[in-house]
This record gives sequence, structure tokens and C-alpha cells, in this order.
Amino acid sequence: MTMTNDPDGYAARIRDYVARNLLFSDKGFNYGDDASFLEEGIIDSMGIIELVSFVEGEFGVSVADRELVPDNFDSVTKLDAYLRAKLSSPD
Amino acid sequence: MLVQEFLANSARRLPDKTALVCGNRRLTYGELDAMADRLANALAGLGLGRGDRVVLQLHNSVEAVVGIFATLKAGGVFVPINPTTKNDKLTYILNNCRARVLLLDAALRDSDRDALLTAAPALKAIVDCRKPAPGPSGNGLLSFEGIQAEFPPTPRPAINIDLDLACLIYTSGSTGEPKGVMCDHSNVDFAASSIISYLENVEDDVVINVLPLAFDYGLYQLLMTFKFGGTLVLERSFMYPAQILDRIQSERVTGFPGVPTVFSVLLQMDLGAFDLSGLRYLTNTAAALPPSHISQLRASFPGVTLYSMYGLTETKRTLYLPPAQLDRRPGSVGIAIPGTEVWVEAEDGRRAEPGEVGELVVRGRHVMRGYWEAPEATGLRFRPGPIPGERLCHTGDLFRMDAEGFLYFVGRKDDIIKSRGEKVAPKEVENVLHMLPGVSAAVVGVPDPVMGQAVKAFIVVNGPALTEAQVIAHCRAHLEDFMVPKIIEFRDALPTTESGKIQKRGLV
Repeated sequence: MTMTNDPDGYAARIRDYVARNLLFSDKGFNYGDDASFLEEGIIDSMGIIELVSFVEGEFGVSVADRELVPDNFDSVTKLDAYLRAKLSSPD
Repeated sequence: MLVQEFLANSARRLPDKTALVCGNRRLTYGELDAMADRLANALAGLGLGRGDRVVLQLHNSVEAVVGIFATLKAGGVFVPINPTTKNDKLTYILNNCRARVLLLDAALRDSDRDALLTAAPALKAIVDCRKPAPGPSGNGLLSFEGIQAEFPPTPRPAINIDLDLACLIYTSGSTGEPKGVMCDHSNVDFAASSIISYLENVEDDVVINVLPLAFDYGLYQLLMTFKFGGTLVLERSFMYPAQILDRIQSERVTGFPGVPTVFSVLLQMDLGAFDLSGLRYLTNTAAALPPSHISQLRASFPGVTLYSMYGLTETKRTLYLPPAQLDRRPGSVGIAIPGTEVWVEAEDGRRAEPGEVGELVVRGRHVMRGYWEAPEATGLRFRPGPIPGERLCHTGDLFRMDAEGFLYFVGRKDDIIKSRGEKVAPKEVENVLHMLPGVSAAVVGVPDPVMGQAVKAFIVVNGPALTEAQVIAHCRAHLEDFMVPKIIEFRDALPTTESGKIQKRGLV
């Protein structure tokens, strides 16, 4: 199972949120960081709305409509990369 | 007309026209028809005969479209089921309809495949529809890609007539066991024609479908579009709304069918960022749109016609509101679809007066053939009509009619929950909850502004302590997504009647 190099700890927070609130698992996130949320059935169309609320609340970013795309949101790795780009660039 | 002719006729008339856009694939009518013929030849080779069932547990995909038409071309009956269907229910359905072939696109371990073939003895073969094909065929396993390479696109002569079954659509029943609604070719053809007529579909229409093909509302987008020779843009889901809006823009989509959750997401977006000028109509069904959403949608999509509709699997579509009526009666779901008749029946069997609440009764060629091998349930829902041999559908839905004949949904007669447009039988959810040690549970629908109703479970634990997360995780492992309770409430006890049955009315 691949784990993202996680200097900022974003990936760990994402894994924890998805496991607890979307998979309802108390045994952690049992997928690789590259596992597609859509393909693996980890998140459905209601879950994505919850995930966006989490990202906005937890990391203080505002997700634009155009940013809510699989390239940014469809795996732990993608979401981690999106957050790092978003949080390192001044708005 | 036979349903497979929707594709075959369009392929003869418009062989080079784009029929299907799915992900980065674009297929013409000619290409799809040939693919369906190849798979039909393979299915026939597997011994699929007239009226034999093929279960499709597939995401929205090219393979699902080909699978549907190939089954029909081989004379079979297709049974589309939700890709999130869990193993217990899949096995139940495979055995209930004695499916001979299963098409699926989920990863299947060798041990799971063997277990499935043992648990469902009528099953002769599984077609793995993943791309690229995962491995060699054998032991009852074939690959969709291998079939496409090996079998000829020779059309098979039709072996059925329009009174034969085209599909079984499984729906939740109050007993907790899913029931297959039997749709014959003439039912499907009639319902599709009626809907096409009031939506005024033409060959230039481009319809986008984000709804599962296992859901009849999604399925009919495919069937209707192929019947009128349009183009279907098939999406896996509505998870990424901006992507869908980009598609609507780039494909110049004219028709967008949705459900209340879809429209509620759209209304939160900045729609000005997209060129949606190709859109001609939106349709809503499954649950009524809140009147505030209707007015917001009309403001956000100026010049786009909005159709409010109502239906149930047993008759496909039942009612639609002519768009010109929307301003006058935003809460109504309209009148009978063209060529059919409906009325509200009072408890004593007479036709109800305007304003009086009663059960909606439906008459027409879209009234399906009953439930698969369930004569008792069939007898309750499908009853004899005024002319010998005809069937009426007693919907179980309570309605009232205004003085001008327009209908308003009031609620269900039984305890079936209608959430996100899908029927949820409380019994089916309770059965799963009761698998947890020491749990007794009562499941009800509670009003939800967007979903219509949300599934709520009241739980009493007389065994090992449980958290809400554990209960939901258990439900997710055994139920399809839309059946999983959204709200869990722990109680010390559940109210009961004198005979000891749980009394749900005291709960909410």
C-alpha cells in the first residue's frame, strides 16, 4: 500500500476524516493513498459534499466550483497535492 | 416494437451518428450495434435462450449499454442492478430470477467467483467487463474485451415478440425482499414513446445522464435517446458537478434529467461560469422539488423548460406537469402521461372528489406485467381493470386532485420510504440492523427538504455497546448506499402496541 510522503500532515488528516466520517470505520483508512475514491466506492455523490465541507472547514480554504474535479479530489494523494498547492500560494 | 430495435433501427438509419459519449469514448450507432451483436452471439453461445435472464451489475459505461442491447438481441431479459449491491442481495437476486449470466465490472477474486457460482446454481457464466481485460478466461469467467475480439457482429434473427419480457427492474417491497418488476417489450416501448412525445424529443437532442442505469429514470434516458436517434452523454455520477457542466457546455447538451439532490447542488454553484445555452429542458422526478428550488431553477436557467414528473417502477412514468402550468401550480406533479389514464380512488372504491385524498390508480399500456414469481404481491398492486384481461396499477401512493384535474403527492399508503428518489423498505434495513447482537430497531422516513425523506433508525441495544459509526459501518457493508440510515437515534425502549409489535407512529 502506497503512503504519501506527508511533511505537513495533510494526508493523515484526510485519511482520518475519510475513514471516520465517510467509511464509518474505526480501524483507519484501509486503502492506498492513490486509490480512486470514485472507482473504489469510498465516496459517493453525497460524500463528496461532506468532503468539501471538511476541506474548507479544516484547512480554511475555499474550494471553487472549477476546482472540484477528480484531479484534485479523487484520492488522498490528489487531495494532499491540491491542498499543498492551495495553501502555499497567496490568494 | 422490440426494445433492441431502438438501437438496431437507429443504426440502420444513422450508422455514423454519435450515439454515445462516455468518458473519453465516442461511439456511433453502427459501432454500438456491432458490439451488441458480438456480445449477443457470445451470450447465445453460452446457451442463453428466449426469456433467460442476464444480471448487469455495472456502473454507467459503454459495456452496460452494450450489455443491455446484447441481452435483448439474444432474446433474453436484462436485469440491471445497482453496482453498490452487496453480495447477499446479489445472490438473492441471481437466485430469485435464476440468472444464467452475470456481467460485472468490480474486481472479483477467484474464490468469490467460485462462491458465487456455487451459491447461484443457475449461473453459467460471468462476464468481466473491466478494461483492460484483467486476465485469461476460463472456469465460467469470460472477458468483455475477449468476446468483442472473438465473436462476429452478425445480427441474430429476433426470436421474441413484444409480449415477451424485456427487463426485470428490482424494487424494494414492504416485505423486505426485493421484487422484480416484469416489463415486457410493449410496456417499455409504449412508456418510452409517451415520454418522448411530451418532452418533444427530436433527433438533434443530446441528453446527459448522470443517474444510474439501474434506476429506471436513468435507464430510460438511454432507451429513449436511442429510440429517437439522439446522442446520449453518459456520466458515471454527479460527484463532480463542474465536470458535468463542462460536458453540457462542450457537447451542447439539450436535455438534463435530474433529481432534487442534483438540482440543489447546481443551485449552489456559479452557473454564470458555464455556457449552458444549448439546454432546452430539465426534468425532475423521484421526489418533488421544493417550490423555492423551482423558482430558483427557473431564474438560473432562463429559457429552459422544466418538467416536474412522478412515477413508479411498476408503470415507469405516471404523471408530468405540462410546463405552462408550473407558475400556477408549482406543487403539482401534473396529469397522466399521454395515452394513459389516472384517478384518485377513495377507500370505498369510488373516484375521489377534488381535494379528497386517496390512492392513485393507473391505467394504460405502461402498467407493467407484475412482480416476478410473486403472485401475492402482484395481486395487491396489479388488479383487474374494467375490461376483461386488463391490469390497473394501484400505486400505494396517496394523492389529491385539484378542481382542474392536476395531482399532488401526499404520501405513501404503506411504510415504504422514498429517499433520494429510491424506495427503501424499512423492513430491509431493520433486517440488517437485527443482525447486530442484542439490537432491536425501527426504521422510518423523516421529512427532508431535498431528499424527500431521509432514512432514520431508532435503535435499542441490549447487547455489547455500539457507536453510531459502528452501526453505520455495518449498514454500509450490507446495504446499498441509498438505504444506509442518515440518522441514528439510540433509545432505551421502542413503543409497542398491545400485541407487542413496534409502534412506529409513536416514534416521530
